[in-house]
Amino acid sequence: MATAIGKGHHSLYANFRPCYSLPSCKNTGEYSGPEYQVVRGVVESLKIITRQANLRVAEYAFHYTKEHGRERVSAIHKANIMQKTEGLFLKGSREVAEKTSEKSCSFCCLVVSNLYGNIISDLCAGLVGGLGLTASCKIGEGGIALAEAVPGSAPDIAGKNSANPTTLLLSGVSILRHLNLHDKPDQIQNAILDTIAEGKYRTADLGVFPGFFSRSRITSAVSIMGKLM
Amino acid sequence: MGGRSIAAGSMTLKGMVKHAIGSGRSVTYMPRPGDGAPRGVTLIPGDGIGPLVTRAVEQVMEAMHAPVYFERYEVHGDMKRVPEEVLESIRKNKVCLKGGLKTPVGGGVSSLNVQLRKELDLYASLVNCFNLPGLPTRHHNVDIVVIRENTEGEYSGLEHEVVPGVVESLKVMTKFCSERIAKYAFEYAYLNNRKTVTAVHKANIMKLADGLFLESCRQVATKYPSIKYNEIIVDNCCMQLVSKPERFDVMVTPNLYGNLVANTAAGIAGGTGVMPGGNVGGDHAVFEQGASAGNVGNEKLVEQKEANPVALLLSSAMMLRHLRFPSFADRLETAVKRVISEGKYMTKDLGGVSTTQEVVHAVIANLD
Repeated sequence: MATAIGKGHHSLYANFRPCYSLPSCKNTGEYSGPEYQVVRGVVESLKIITRQANLRVAEYAFHYTKEHGRERVSAIHKANIMQKTEGLFLKGSREVAEKTSEKSCSFCCLVVSNLYGNIISDLCAGLVGGLGLTASCKIGEGGIALAEAVPGSAPDIAGKNSANPTTLLLSGVSILRHLNLHDKPDQIQNAILDTIAEGKYRTADLGVFPGFFSRSRITSAVSIMGKLM
Repeated sequence: MGGRSIAAGSMTLKGMVKHAIGSGRSVTYMPRPGDGAPRGVTLIPGDGIGPLVTRAVEQVMEAMHAPVYFERYEVHGDMKRVPEEVLESIRKNKVCLKGGLKTPVGGGVSSLNVQLRKELDLYASLVNCFNLPGLPTRHHNVDIVVIRENTEGEYSGLEHEVVPGVVESLKVMTKFCSERIAKYAFEYAYLNNRKTVTAVHKANIMKLADGLFLESCRQVATKYPSIKYNEIIVDNCCMQLVSKPERFDVMVTPNLYGNLVANTAAGIAGGTGVMPGGNVGGDHAVFEQGASAGNVGNEKLVEQKEANPVALLLSSAMMLRHLRFPSFADRLETAVKRVISEGKYMTKDLGGVSTTQEVVHAVIANLD
């Protein structure tokens, strides 16, 4: 199938092949990957949205909302512009919403497609104090969970014992919760929050106090706090 | 002049504010004979709050006796296409002022706002996000100009259902479009004495598409050695915007990121109700509210006539400069800034209780 791209100043044609293995593709949206140079100076990037992936992520969002006592789910989209792809994403979210009879209002739990998810989560991190404080957990089929520090390997501070350990500690907490262990993770989370609130031990990215403390000192501070509880 | 009564109670304060905000003249220039002849501007009131705020601009222009006359056309977001007569009018006048056109979500009609930009090849969208004195926000010293590619990228409109339940959307990036938007951004920075241009991208993931965009920016940057150039990934960009926005100056972005970044920047600098902007191409310019957060206001705003006219008023000042009427532009801008700074007449989104008309009367009263 050939498609004309653009109008007026360039009348070029592109060929693309539908990807039949998509239903089992775990990675959709803008990060699906297929990108190619059509002719010199013209590149196409394919964004693929599948109903199956949408339903899965929407179901998880509603499940999470219920599990954690949150009240609302908001679907973030750009369906006024990308009517079919984003429209499909919205349709999936609405379907799940009806099934679980939840209403979407404003921001408590957000269900988003791939690119927006990255943007919005970083933006929210910026609002709360930076990437050093946010946890992340990726869920897969069959109950697989991968918890990691929010993306970014920060090679400039590697090996200097100055990285903020909070994010990985909090991600560890989400793994414990995923495994349905609830009292230990609560204890650890409270210890972390108390350490930060106390303000005595902070890494450079949290900036407020002159000088900074090493990761290992902070981790020990957290465990001391934890033992006292 | 109507509106004297509004100003009467605060003459001293007004005098002080006038002095502080500056009623100074713009840099003097020598017009060509005939430059004062009235210019025609196509006016599209649009949907939602559009008619309210475009009416506000008409009133202020009349009060100033600005050398512009408006040719009004009804266009609505649920039409299939922008009517040909409207396009003809814009091609004739070269300049248009419009309210938003509401795009139905999820299917059927494609966005008329996007159609207009593509038909007239308005390849650059510009939004100026800055702190206004009198409007306190979380961050200070914000003065960001977002220059966004307006015709391709994720907005190519090429979508199809491959098999039921699987949809593909093509993001098309071309060297041609990337280069010309980069050139516009650097030229803007050069003409306005701006120090840095930052390219926003996601080339770690979309290596070819965003990579092409970056390559074009880098090439153009070499032609402007006095302007600093750097790059930032869009996720990090959004994070920095909400934590340290003062470090940004001019930003150049592809279509989708520009939309998100411009609305974010508008939000942190005071809201979409006050930021001016426009779309420009080689031959035409269409001015509208800088950032609209994808909507045309809610019904309540329209019913109670409480829409904020500031953004469109400031955009019309940009339009006056574009038409080479700098002193009218200065007078309009100064009046609007005084009204905001005094804080007495502000609409709900700025924390006040005024209607659109009350703000308009206040602006007219503050005109030099």
